Amino acid sequence: MSDRLCNLTIHEIHELLRKKQVSAREIAESFIRRIEEVDPRVRAFITTTPDYALKQAEAVDQAISRGEAIGPLAGVPAAIKDNMCTRGIFTTCASKILYNYKPIYDATVVERLYMAGATLVGKTNLDEFAMGSSTENSGFFVTRNPWNLDTVPGGSSGGSAAAVAADECAFALGSDTGGSIRQPASFCGVVGMKPTYGRVSRYGLVAFASSLDQIGPITKDVTDCAIVLNAICGKDRRDSTSLDVPVPDFTQSLRADVKGLKIGVPKEFFGFGTDPDVQAAVRKAVDLLTELGAHAEETSMPSVEYGLAVYYIIAPAECSSNLARYDGVRYGLRVAPDSGTVTRQTRGSKSSIVSMFERTREQGFGAEVKQRIMIGTYALSAGYYDAYYLKAQKVRTLLRRDFDKAFEKYDILVTPTSPTVAFGIGERADDPYAMKLADICTIPANLAGIPGISVPCGFKNGLPIGLQIMAKALDEETLIRAAFTYEQHTEYHRKKPQL
Amino acid sequence: MRLTAQDIADVARLSRLELTEEEKETLAKHINRLLEHFEKLQELDTDDVEPTSHVIPVYNVFRKDEPAPSLPVEEVLANAPDVADNCFVVPRVVET
Amino acid sequence: MAEYEPIIGMEVHVELQTRSKMFCSCEVAFGGEPNTRCCPVCLGLPGSLPVINERAVEYMARAALALNCTIPPQCIFHRKNYYYPDLPKNYQISQYDFPLGVNGWVEILAGGKPKRIAIRRVHMEEDTGKLLHVAGNRSYVDYNRSGVPLMEIVTQNPPPEGLDQIESAEEAREYLQRLRQILLYLGVSDVKMEEGSMRCEPNVSVRLKGHSEFGVKTEIKNLNSFRSVYLGIDYEIKRQIRILEQNGEVVQETRRWDDERGVTVPMRSKEFEQEYRYFPDPDLVPLKFTEEWIEKLRSELPELPMAKLKRFMSDYGLAQADAEVLIDSPELAEFYDTCAASYKDPKTVANWLTTELLRLLNASGKKLNETRLTPAHVCGLLELVDAGTINRNTAKAVFEEMFNTGKSAAEIVRQKGLEQVSDEAAIESVVNRVLEANPNEVKRYRAGEVKLLSWFVGQVMRETKGKANPATVNKLLREKLES
Repeated sequence: MSDRLCNLTIHEIHELLRKKQVSAREIAESFIRRIEEVDPRVRAFITTTPDYALKQAEAVDQAISRGEAIGPLAGVPAAIKDNMCTRGIFTTCASKILYNYKPIYDATVVERLYMAGATLVGKTNLDEFAMGSSTENSGFFVTRNPWNLDTVPGGSSGGSAAAVAADECAFALGSDTGGSIRQPASFCGVVGMKPTYGRVSRYGLVAFASSLDQIGPITKDVTDCAIVLNAICGKDRRDSTSLDVPVPDFTQSLRADVKGLKIGVPKEFFGFGTDPDVQAAVRKAVDLLTELGAHAEETSMPSVEYGLAVYYIIAPAECSSNLARYDGVRYGLRVAPDSGTVTRQTRGSKSSIVSMFERTREQGFGAEVKQRIMIGTYALSAGYYDAYYLKAQKVRTLLRRDFDKAFEKYDILVTPTSPTVAFGIGERADDPYAMKLADICTIPANLAGIPGISVPCGFKNGLPIGLQIMAKALDEETLIRAAFTYEQHTEYHRKKPQL
Repeated sequence: MRLTAQDIADVARLSRLELTEEEKETLAKHINRLLEHFEKLQELDTDDVEPTSHVIPVYNVFRKDEPAPSLPVEEVLANAPDVADNCFVVPRVVET
Repeated sequence: MAEYEPIIGMEVHVELQTRSKMFCSCEVAFGGEPNTRCCPVCLGLPGSLPVINERAVEYMARAALALNCTIPPQCIFHRKNYYYPDLPKNYQISQYDFPLGVNGWVEILAGGKPKRIAIRRVHMEEDTGKLLHVAGNRSYVDYNRSGVPLMEIVTQNPPPEGLDQIESAEEAREYLQRLRQILLYLGVSDVKMEEGSMRCEPNVSVRLKGHSEFGVKTEIKNLNSFRSVYLGIDYEIKRQIRILEQNGEVVQETRRWDDERGVTVPMRSKEFEQEYRYFPDPDLVPLKFTEEWIEKLRSELPELPMAKLKRFMSDYGLAQADAEVLIDSPELAEFYDTCAASYKDPKTVANWLTTELLRLLNASGKKLNETRLTPAHVCGLLELVDAGTINRNTAKAVFEEMFNTGKSAAEIVRQKGLEQVSDEAAIESVVNRVLEANPNEVKRYRAGEVKLLSWFVGQVMRETKGKANPATVNKLLREKLES
């Protein structure tokens, strides 16, 4: 029994613990063994924390032995993307510039998971500072897709998605700025949700693009997604942008019922060179929902075509400012100044402090991060601000209006999560534009601040296809209900990669 | 709009990045490719459109003016590359 | 020779006296061990987020209203991006095109003549940490000050119709002092230039008189007192005029005031001159102000120092110099106001406060609110003098006693038996004793050395321990010496 424990979902683990059929320690051990077994090949983790997980499991077992009622996440092994602060545990953002950084505080989501009794098995790999779509931009190593080790797991939360798909954790947290939860979930055949902007506190999430970043769960099924959401959502007084609205019990939406649900299928999302097999799988999913009582029709959202351009101005602009703090003064990498620089500043010469900043950042950041910092700095600089940044913000308004209009008519929008399935490692490395296309279907939800979920809806050449469902702001409940209904009538989420 | 080598050098200086010549070339190529794509935005008439800085309609989020304990100085300095006398140490900064 | 006129712009930063910082809960204080008032937010640690201090906004809105600014219905925070080791995020949360207050003015008295100095904007931001320069090739960084609420007040040149600009070093100092008084009255800052809670970076340009375009500006830093503000600007004006008279060109630059040498010298290489790339801070949501909130704050504003100055002069008949002394601190002004309202002769009270009280405060190093002196006590004392119960000299001693003990004048006079003796018979017997004991002096007086009279008065006062009514003593001495 115990060796199959790592295959289980959160709700299955909870049942076993509740019935005292296994201990939290056995659960933790099973996942730790699984990591030892498969992670040398998958490479989902930057840091593993087996001792930490066992200590937390111990506490859960003690609570159980005292006869205390345990919550749904108690004793459940979690992996956390390495851009969320964990006190005393390396948090590197997969960047050399933070290679040795141990936060002195826990992110709010981490606190909440600990409070709920979840155990931490490790910190997962990502594209450096969450900038990328394949986890190839990690400053340390590339994570593999468990379904085919020669393909990418998607990104930037590639480590989290791969860890869930490879049963190295029961669930993981990811962060999603332009699709970084949903797209890797789609590539790895698991469930990933980006909640409404403001649903989950960003306090302790190392910022990439603050107006777009949002934390969310990556899980093995929709039920687990609802369970994790319950634990992490809610107002945090440390995050001014976290919403002070009631958080429903999302597990109440786990009802297989889409009768009368109005579905919009925006045609633009199928037009980005989308793989015909992906299109077919998504249309088939729409047909299934229709059979189950929903009403679907094709619609149009013209401004979506501009999403990528808007995103690649706004996100770099914010990132250029957010990443300015990595300068070698207070934490992380410091590279000594060029010996040719001077400490006594004279006109025209470079000072040691500036040289230290420039060399630290030059050696600490990878190519993709530098590129985005450069674009963002340029887009914000005098003379270009109006043409780029301000223009992008205005088009962002148009895009939001398109969504507002769509949600007057439809309860949910259904699209592919990504135009293709996972691509080969190195395949798009030389073409930054092709790489960015992987996020083209997911970016609009970030720009509009609305929730989106990706659920498995098929396979192509043994690689998973993702179905994206979006709903209006704060309507995660409808999202969960639609996704759950779909899941209950399909088997894709039960398939496991062979490792 | 295309970035020249000088533009790249200026932006790198503003970004505090000491780029190699090779990096400058690659960046110029990649950034210019993206800028071409951004041109698409100019198709849209946005004269009367308000910019979106925040997607959520939330205002006046405050905290009360109540002091709370700060971090112990050891924690403040825990990750610092160079420390002396409870301060972060950097190469001398002289403004003359 | 051509005549030049200077134009001065003032950028003033004031640290607010809130209990906690602008965006986190670390305490606001002065001094202390380095890096002991820091947290993830004010250290700019990865993942930390700012949350606005409500009272800081209220303080700054109050200040904006007191400076006659308009508060727009909405304001937002921007990031000002530049790299400097005292700036933990390498951007400063500040305001840009939607500041808290706009289009105000401050009234100054330029040589007694009122001028309304135009203010372009009042905005909120966070302070930076501090760089400490130590021996060797290293600098130390202390982030205790990082994140302290800071208010920036910027003048407007040229001023809009009906308002004025600053045109001399004297006016600049006067502007700064009026600003300081206003903020002190509002209780939003301790406004100490020496401790850096008020900092001033003027920019100076000169132009030929009658010309409308501005000359090239220089900015002056490191002005740490009202005196150095005056001297630094005055020096800079003269330096620029000298350059122009020699057909030279003024260079646009930042200059540092060297207080020891009394000169300004160029500073800041190009390297730190930055393009700030302002953009709205996505971590903070906009602030919206209702008309009711603004009106409530307005209605709660205290009487401001300039209004008080004018009222003291017109209602109490004070000279400007005396009124200035009294209004300089809000506590003293209020103390005086209470005295003057309940005592028949406001000028006399003013004299007592500007001489005796200020002397005692200076000597003791105490603040008014740290003493136990009350306006009722002061009025009580003056009434005792008026009634002839004590004389002026005794009154000074009683004043000091009141200042030190908090007892009323009547109580002190009673306990120490200081009542003035006006009984002629009693005084006469002392006078007689003094005259008898000093026959030589009596002879000299009668021989025409009349200035000895005051010596005799002194002798009598000594005998009576100062309690004799001086007028009676004088009268009796004269009668007896001249009879």
